[in-house]
Amino acid sequence: MSTKDQVSVVVTGLGATTPLGGDVASTWSAMLAGTSGVRRITEDWADSLPVKIAAPAAEDPMPTVGRVQARRMDRCEQLALVAAREAWADAGSPTVDPWRLGVAVTSGIGGIGSTLTAYDTLREKGWDRISPYTVPMLMPNGAAGWISIEFGARAGAHALVSACASGAETIGYGIDMIRSGRADVVVAGGAEAAIMALNIAAFAVMRAMSTRNDEPERASRPFDKARDGFVLGEGAGVLILESLEHAQGRGARIYAVAAGAGYSADAYHISHGSPDGAGVAFAISAALRDAQISPAQVAHVNAHATSTPEGDPLEARALQSALGDAAAGVVVSATKSMTGHLLGGAGAIESVAAVLALRDRTAPPTINLEDLDDEVTIDVAAKARPLAPRGATGPMAVLNNAFGFGGHNVTLAFTEYVPEEA
Amino acid sequence: MTDQEILAGLAEIIDEIAGVPADEVTPDKNFVDDLDIDSLSMVEIAVAAQDKFGVEIPDEQLKDLKTVQDVVNFVSKNS
Repeated sequence: MSTKDQVSVVVTGLGATTPLGGDVASTWSAMLAGTSGVRRITEDWADSLPVKIAAPAAEDPMPTVGRVQARRMDRCEQLALVAAREAWADAGSPTVDPWRLGVAVTSGIGGIGSTLTAYDTLREKGWDRISPYTVPMLMPNGAAGWISIEFGARAGAHALVSACASGAETIGYGIDMIRSGRADVVVAGGAEAAIMALNIAAFAVMRAMSTRNDEPERASRPFDKARDGFVLGEGAGVLILESLEHAQGRGARIYAVAAGAGYSADAYHISHGSPDGAGVAFAISAALRDAQISPAQVAHVNAHATSTPEGDPLEARALQSALGDAAAGVVVSATKSMTGHLLGGAGAIESVAAVLALRDRTAPPTINLEDLDDEVTIDVAAKARPLAPRGATGPMAVLNNAFGFGGHNVTLAFTEYVPEEA
Repeated sequence: MTDQEILAGLAEIIDEIAGVPADEVTPDKNFVDDLDIDSLSMVEIAVAAQDKFGVEIPDEQLKDLKTVQDVVNFVSKNS
């Protein structure tokens, strides 16, 4: 790290609650085993919808959060808090000056469940019967606020919003908080809890969702020829980001270096990615530059790949273009094949997966990939696959892509931590 | 309704909304200082008390109800 003149940021804790498990260990083992978290929706509200499948969180956050606190928190805030607590404990519950401890945790939509419930109550029972906590439950920055209270984090609590890129973008902001000297430690991530009739209807009417209702576990199939849209998932992912100096000072276990982030905007269409993939390729290249790594160091990409007909080949083209000849040696995985699409939580749980892929030198599988789309020339791992160092100078790197309606493109880069020789 | 019955009913509401065990809800307790109940939860408690006791607590009265005994008295007087 001595060649860099900026503060190195490392990952020292991980937390997740996902459709595959209530914590990081259960999520990661289910992921490596190629388990699908997609289920048939059995509630009545799905009866009239064309989409009757989703990937709900495997564990209800309410018992962990506690009954009384849960009354005051939207489900997405509860999921974020559960993941944050796990990540914090995983980092060794560090002692940090409150004014040097930050939060960057977001959601793509915010407390939409609380909004809908409050609106029903308003119409049925009147204004004074809605919860006085309705506003803090519906605001997308609610999770950031609650987590700052939980840990006494006073350096700032932030929630950047960019639809399905929100989680990744907010982790990027967390990296910047440490680099710019505002914080030593940042609790960073994203959450979503949006499996409700309105949201499914709104995505379904865009024809963005899979309607493979009779085969839920086979519905999310990124890069496969038979893909027909995404499956909505639910959960949260959180990383503890820390300056290398602070982590070393307390003898923390270091998972990886949060080496950099790249951003771009398509400036093309509000919900369609620019077909040339130039915006995505720009974000990938920008992340490599920011992280000071070469394409040949990249061993693995956790792709955004949501299983839509349009989006997956666009991302594949962009990876090919940004990584050039080095793309041939990169193992790409689309873990949304198992978790579904967590919207604002996606970039966060996929960053957790990318860091674990780096730690275990194993790319998770892309399940349901039976017949690769002819347009896709990158190497997509259908089965879990070992990652080998590529012989390039510098540590092994992994990338996480996240894109959102609005034309937002974000790429995060993580590298293996190599301790400097004494 | 006796004061004892009002107290028991109020304790039930406070347990449900703020998670304070019923045996801690004694007449002398101050909602903010002793029971750690914030103004938002007080609004919920007032609405629940209205349903349970059939007594409306206007906002201008609510701000003066500082202790458990204050609420018991208010309900007793207005029911």
